[in-house]
Amino acid sequence: MSVGFVMLVHETLNRAEQVARHLAAHGCPVVIHVDKRVSQDAYISFFESLSDIENIKFSNRHTCEWGTWSLVAASQDASEMMLNSFPEVRHVYLSSGSCLPLRPVDDLIHYLADRPMTNFIESVTTEDVPWTVGGLDFERFTLRFPFSWKRQRKLFDRYVKLQRRVGFKRKIPDGLVPHMGSQWWCLTRQTLNAILTDPDRKAHDAYFKKVWIPDESYYQTLVRLYSNNIESRSLTLSKFDYQGKPHTFYDDHLQLLRRSDCFVARKIWNKADRLYDTFLSPQTNSMKRAEPNPGKIDRIFSKAVERRTEGRAGLYMQSRQPGPGKGHNKTCAPYSIFEGFSDLFEDFDDWLSQAVGERVHGHLFAPEGAEFSGDQKIFSGAMSHHATLRDYNPCGFLTNLIWNTRGERQCFMYGPRDNQEINWLIATDDNAQISVISGAWAVTLFRSNLDFSEIRREAARLQKIETQHLEVLRSRHAKARVRIWTMADFIESRLEPLQAIIDEISPRNVRRLAQAPRMRDLTGFGQFLQNLKNQGMHPHLMGDFPMVSDIESPLYDRKKPYLVK
Amino acid sequence: MSRLKQYRLRLRRKQRLIRAYRKSRQLTCLQNNTTAIQKDDVLLVCTLRNERIRLPYFMKYYRDLGVKHFLFIDNDSDDGSREYLIGEKDVSLWHTAASYKKALYGVHWMNGLARKYCHNHWTLTVDVDEFFVFPFCDTRPILALTDWLDNSGVQSFSAMLIDMYPKGPIDAQPYQEGMDPMKIAQWFDSGNYMLSTNAEYQNLWIQGGPRARVFFNDDPVNAPSLNKIPLVKWHKDYVYMHSTHMLLPRRLNHVYATEGGEKASGALLHTKFLSTFVQKTEEELKRRQHYAGSREYLAYHNRLQDDPELWCNWSEKYINWRQLEILGLISKGNWA
Repeated sequence: MSVGFVMLVHETLNRAEQVARHLAAHGCPVVIHVDKRVSQDAYISFFESLSDIENIKFSNRHTCEWGTWSLVAASQDASEMMLNSFPEVRHVYLSSGSCLPLRPVDDLIHYLADRPMTNFIESVTTEDVPWTVGGLDFERFTLRFPFSWKRQRKLFDRYVKLQRRVGFKRKIPDGLVPHMGSQWWCLTRQTLNAILTDPDRKAHDAYFKKVWIPDESYYQTLVRLYSNNIESRSLTLSKFDYQGKPHTFYDDHLQLLRRSDCFVARKIWNKADRLYDTFLSPQTNSMKRAEPNPGKIDRIFSKAVERRTEGRAGLYMQSRQPGPGKGHNKTCAPYSIFEGFSDLFEDFDDWLSQAVGERVHGHLFAPEGAEFSGDQKIFSGAMSHHATLRDYNPCGFLTNLIWNTRGERQCFMYGPRDNQEINWLIATDDNAQISVISGAWAVTLFRSNLDFSEIRREAARLQKIETQHLEVLRSRHAKARVRIWTMADFIESRLEPLQAIIDEISPRNVRRLAQAPRMRDLTGFGQFLQNLKNQGMHPHLMGDFPMVSDIESPLYDRKKPYLVK
Repeated sequence: MSRLKQYRLRLRRKQRLIRAYRKSRQLTCLQNNTTAIQKDDVLLVCTLRNERIRLPYFMKYYRDLGVKHFLFIDNDSDDGSREYLIGEKDVSLWHTAASYKKALYGVHWMNGLARKYCHNHWTLTVDVDEFFVFPFCDTRPILALTDWLDNSGVQSFSAMLIDMYPKGPIDAQPYQEGMDPMKIAQWFDSGNYMLSTNAEYQNLWIQGGPRARVFFNDDPVNAPSLNKIPLVKWHKDYVYMHSTHMLLPRRLNHVYATEGGEKASGALLHTKFLSTFVQKTEEELKRRQHYAGSREYLAYHNRLQDDPELWCNWSEKYINWRQLEILGLISKGNWA
């Protein structure tokens, strides 16, 4: 009673030879199928090198091409040979030339001896298979595939499309329910025999010859006819990448493979000497009856697939440059933009960094250069504060900054004086929290010593820029968390909006704000706006600001900071 | 892409091939060991001038990586570089005294040699001060990478240039023959790179790093390009267009994913800023054989006199490829 290996070999004959020897030496008969595309010379030397071993046989050679019937035909011939030549074999294990046994062969023999009637073959219905290549799952059973997917891709795709349009459908033979799964199986003699000697085999073969990738469905479907004792999993550890190609194992996977307790792994890089040396050396720690546990390896490879298909959000680099609308997020972490706050409040950045405990910058996009927190000239990631350099690629500047400071929320000031090129980026970014006090830039103008005609000109310019900016923020494409108040509205209820913003930044911070930031002295600001109006410029972004002289109003008392409980 | 454009690019490629052929006649072969090249060998092509001091470590680094054969073009060195290379079994050497500039900064020579000797081989094209780093390079040889690329149907591999620099003045620690230059120039900028797409060749254009930060902050457009595609499964009809920044046919430039994922990529650690640099700058300024009237060297020269410090508080100290991958400068992509 033992297990026999059917081995499909098409390259790396030296490794196949090594593994076959190892298996045979441990009492497992091996039937090898060598792809006909392997040159005659290579085949003969391979054949001769193994001819000294009794329980290794070579089956009829077929020309094998991925995704075609030839692979099934090869395994059929080899399986028949196995069943006929080695009557003591109870389980037949289908493997490839780049498979490597990870556990002592005796372990496998015992494992199978404990489960004498069990067929180990992954076999699931098409609805439950997530990993099909080319989006063809059920259709692989109902369409025709006369063209090679690898060599004649265009024809293949066009012909599929044509059949879909015409509504062509092949009839699935009665009694068959299409199942799919890994092509590496381990079946009992009884089941395999039943499949190969079925009186209907001709009909089955004829049908599957025109199914796409039949090696993933032939045995997987037919096994359901002859056995109820199916363990729907493969004993071969084999992970696939997003294109449906098997992942390769290297020397540095040694510990992982060892701990996986899988019986056989595929596929091994042919120059991974350490793996071959370790796993094919005379074993010492035999007879451990652990179940295969590929969990950890699974995680590593599914992460790799995820990295290839999704990538790290917010990262722009030499091999990731998502096109417009592609990729999940434009930046990698949430950040906050404050517009008008530093105009209206004194030392707003200090107050904010105390209130939220995050990194607070000044105007990062100021025309004079980026005002990094703490007046640093260079910031995280060695980003320069230089205006010319920043303005060369402002969006890249922002995405870089957010990427470089992962783990720490960034807050910065922004306004109509600043570079406006990032408008669409921030407006359409889920991660942006944008709070705007519209028109507050006028406070800074109001406090400046400029000539009034200059102020008027500047006010008109800034108002125009901010109007456009607000249009972008209010566009229906905007995804950012946007809050906009006119200056007049904001002053009415200062603390409430501030509290809302800060709660959103640090939701765990349950304390109420003890102190509002100190507002600048606005005495005469109403008059200032009126003067602008009188000069023919209409400042509308500030909202309805009280024109009346507001000197008496305690609201603008400069001596007292606003204390609120 | 319109037929016309397609055709124009094709013509340009053909023209490059003709130039490569003509310019490669300037090369005299001093040592030809190319018959030793085996079927799956990874090759390295390199143009150099007066790099004797760097050669021993360079050769060791790439031999350890698994490069099987080196094709050197010596642009008339007078410091013994040639003598050092002659006699090495895995080296083939060509010499020319012709203009580096007129050979499009060596591109024509390189294209000529590659067409003749690199067809169907994975070919790494680097300078003597560039050290190729790729995911898992500390545990897997370069052949593991190229086998995997072959299996995945990929023909070109991106490795952006990362400028390395020492802490303190550039010439503080003199570089000695055989030393690991990354032990002196062990700092780099981790996150100030600017990317854009070149519409014509569809390659990425990357600028930034310490050179943009210090030497080109007033003139970023002219900051050096850092995008490179140094590792290509060469075909005799391929050509490099501009250094190793881009190639024709265009599909070789698609080394980046546009759907949101990450393709695998590596880096070229650029150890230009060693003690040898000051002297090199002066020499290159005299020769004026470099790109755009050597404006890069001019910029260095002007700045180096007053403030040769590239290091800053936020510089990152190089550890290994995993660090680069975490920082987002390179990616494992789908390789695990």
